[in-house]
Order: sequence, then C-alpha cells, then structure tokens
Amino acid sequence: MDQPALEVTDLAVAHGGREVLRNISFALPRGSFCGLIGANGAGKTTLLRAILGLLPSSGRIQAGGRIGYVPQKISLEPDLPVRAKDFVALGLDGHKFGFALPSRTRRAAVAAALRAVEAEGFAEQRIGRLSGGQQQRVLIAHALVRQPELLLLDEPLANLDIKAAAEIVALLRRLCRERRMSVLLCAHDMNPLLPVMDRIVYVANGRAICGPVEKVVRTEVLSKLYGYHIDVIRVHGRVLVVAGNAGFEPEEEACCAECEAAHVTAIP
Amino acid sequence: MMAFLQSGPVQTALLLSAAAGLLCGALGVFTVLRGQAFAGHALSDVSSAGGAGALLFGISPLLGFLLFGIAGVAGLELLQPRRAAGRDEAAGILLGAGLGVTALLLHFCLTGHGASGAAQAVMFGAMFSAPPGTALWASGLAGLCLLGLVLIARPLLLATLDAELALVAKLPVRALGFAFLALLALGVTLAAMTIGAILATALLIGPAASALRLAGSPLRAVLLSMGLGLAACWGGVVLAYVSYGWIPGRTWPVSFFIVALLFLFHEAARWGRRA
Repeated sequence: MDQPALEVTDLAVAHGGREVLRNISFALPRGSFCGLIGANGAGKTTLLRAILGLLPSSGRIQAGGRIGYVPQKISLEPDLPVRAKDFVALGLDGHKFGFALPSRTRRAAVAAALRAVEAEGFAEQRIGRLSGGQQQRVLIAHALVRQPELLLLDEPLANLDIKAAAEIVALLRRLCRERRMSVLLCAHDMNPLLPVMDRIVYVANGRAICGPVEKVVRTEVLSKLYGYHIDVIRVHGRVLVVAGNAGFEPEEEACCAECEAAHVTAIP
Repeated sequence: MMAFLQSGPVQTALLLSAAAGLLCGALGVFTVLRGQAFAGHALSDVSSAGGAGALLFGISPLLGFLLFGIAGVAGLELLQPRRAAGRDEAAGILLGAGLGVTALLLHFCLTGHGASGAAQAVMFGAMFSAPPGTALWASGLAGLCLLGLVLIARPLLLATLDAELALVAKLPVRALGFAFLALLALGVTLAAMTIGAILATALLIGPAASALRLAGSPLRAVLLSMGLGLAACWGGVVLAYVSYGWIPGRTWPVSFFIVALLFLFHEAARWGRRA
C-alpha cells in the first residue's frame, strides 16, 4: 500500500474568530482524481489555501510529495510582455534569485510542460491575449513544470465554456493517469467531473465528507452534512443537489425515495 | 564635437543622466506592471525636500535627495494600509507632506540667500551644475541598484503577475515589495537630481510604457526601456548644447528636451504597434 498523496487529519481553520472549517479529515490515494465540491462560499478555496500553507490551521496536513497549484484566475492584461513560455519558465525557477542563464535543460523542461498540456501552438504568444481555455492550460503547465505529485486546482472550469471545460477535464484525467499524479480539483458543479472523479470531498456547513461519489452524493448523507434536508436528484446521468423543506426532518429511506421521485417529476 | 565632450558640465550631465536613465528605464517596467507609478512620483516629490534642504544648508545635493528619498520609503511603509486600494491614498498623503516641506525650505532659500534658481533647480533639474563628484557617486549607486534589481527580478516578476503563486512558491512577497520600493526610491532620486523632482516621473514611466508596447518578453522590455531612457537623456543633453543660440540671448533647458524626446518615443511606439 502506497503512502497517500495527501492526508488531512482533523483540520480546522478559523477566520476572524469564526470557525470556517472544522473536523476535516480525508486522504487521497496516489494517482487519484478527486473533486472538491461545494456551493460558492462553502470553504473550498479556504481548504485549498490551508493545504497550501497560506492560511493558519490546526490539525495535520501531510503531503506525499511536491504540490503544484493552479489559481482560479490571474488578471492578465493583453499587452503584458509575458509569453506563455515565459510564464511556464517562472513556474520552473521564478522562486530563485539571481539572473537566469539560458540553458538547454531549462528550455527542454518548459517545452515538455507546454507539450503536456498541448500548448506548443501558442507558446510564443502573450498570455494576456490567449482564450480562457488556453490560459488555463498555461497555468496548468506553470504548475506541472516542477513535476508535482499532487495538483491542486481552484475552480479551473469556472470561466470556461462547456467545450473548453470538457477539454480541460480530459487533459487533467490524462495527466493523472500518465504521471500517476493526484488531482484535487475544486468546483461548485460536480457534473462535468462525474465521469472522471475517483472520489469526492464534499464541503458544506464547515465540514466535509470524502469517499466514492456514489457513497457520498446521496440524500441521507448530504442531509446529515448540511444539517437540514437536502435532495439529491439524478436526471439523465447528471446530479442535482437542491435544498429541501428546511422544517422537514428527513426520516430514513422511505421518505427519501418519495421526495426524490416528487422532485424529478417537478423538473421539466 | 570635441568641445562638447571636453566640457566639464557636459561630462557631468552625460554621466548623471545615463545613471538615471538606465536605472529608471529598468525600474519603470516593474513600476508600470505593478501599478506603482503614483508611489514613484510621490517618492520623487519627497526627495525634492532633501534637494531643497541641501541647497539651504550647503550640503551635497545627492545626499539631500537620497536622505529624503529613503525617508519616503519608510513613510510609505508606515502609511501602508491593509487594503490594496489604499495605496494611492498613502502615496497622496506622502506626496503632499513632502512638497509642503519643499515649499518651506525653498522659501527659506529665496528669502535667506537670494538664490533665485533654487526652485528651478530642485523642481526641474540642474544636471549641468551638479558637482562632478556627484555624477560619479550617482553612477556607482545606479550600478548597485541595477545589480540589486537583477538579483530580485525573477521573484519580483512572479509576485507582480500573481502574489498568490509567489506565496505558494514560498517567496517573501511583502519583503520583495519593500525591496522594490527601496530601489524605486533610489532610482527616482537620481532622476529628480537629473531632470527635476516634478519631471522624474517622465523618466520612470515614459521609456517603460514605450518598451512595454513594443517588446515581446520581460527581458526585452527591460533592455529596450533602459535603451530608450539612455537615448532620451543623452539626446536631451546634445540638444540642449546645440540649442545655444537658437534664440539670441536665450538657452533651452535640458529637462524640456528629455521629456519631449520621451513623449516622441512613446508616440512612435504607439504608431509602431499599429503598423
């Protein structure tokens, strides 16, 4: 049994005296593709920032190797004199002081990272002029160039159209398989990730549950997490998580089957 | 031509303006990318108080400008608000305070010594009348600052593009910002001594803005900006020299020519990009 790529034990994060996350425990096996799912404001980004060490937290965070990070969006002006390959080079040695002498190994590492995300075609273009999907690829290459064992991505699909989002998901799945790199991808909508996710970390109400999708995304499990009634509705292979009647106490199975059916018929 | 190069004041002006032009050209690229043009302008205005003090007390202008330039960095750091939008506010407060002190010291200069050129020298530059030793010290200082900038350039660029990525790469983002501000203060101080505290911003922003329009990579932008800064400064010195006698009984100020060249470069860069 391998050491997990990431193991979080009893993590808690407080922000301005308020506990934003508590009792967070989960583990990611090496080479797994994991979605970090939750509504906007649920604390997904806070959890990512705590794992990266950017926020003070209590509990234990143990990563098996180097962590690469892809931020949600960075503001890039069209006239910024930074080409895609310059930006990837900053991922390789932007943290080093002193002058960067041009070298063959450096160029090769940058080229390999660009190739891995299929971005060779626009390596020489200014990043500010690329499309959202192309920028996302360059951001991923920036994180990949130092060969991380775990890749954290903050809402990489948020600003993309459906086709570009599907391409990024397929790309990440390929990287995950080929490199045995683990992916922890945070998103508010789990549907684009359903075909590729090995596991899910679902964040709500300051807590999180982790496991295979079919075990976590269930009416009774999520209702318990949220602390009030939630309906999980499956339509044509897609999943909707909707708030139920707040005053309604979920009784076990019988109730859930009924309301699930009721909600499905209510949707046109 | 030989007379031009053998003239002591011309040599001083060429050396001093080269130091200021090259350093400000390099710093300017980061200043524009980081959106700190106003902080740069505030620092040069604060340093003008030192220039006025140096005239009043008869000490070296370089020392006067530098002392207040460094005090300006400390002021910006102390006034530094938590929210990013408050940066302009801090720079504005500091700029006002600095120019207020300048007004006081220049007033004492005028009423006490009868040095009528003091305000002109501090605000619009006096590179031909700088002591020759000053130019040597200034070029040494500019060389050190350029070395310092080379040392921090890559981490600074990463922190400028995205502070969070820099933090994830374990870079001391705040310390980098402070180091850059210190270099910026030294750069605009040299520019203030050369073309004047009011016009220093032109030398800081002009070459960088033109270079950013034309250059394709960060390194090329910095090199082109340095080249444009140097070209404007030396071109200005040459024009000021040959302008003697264009209008009988009148001389033309070198600062005017430098700023005019910077403006022309920028327009040319705009047209060059469109073509």
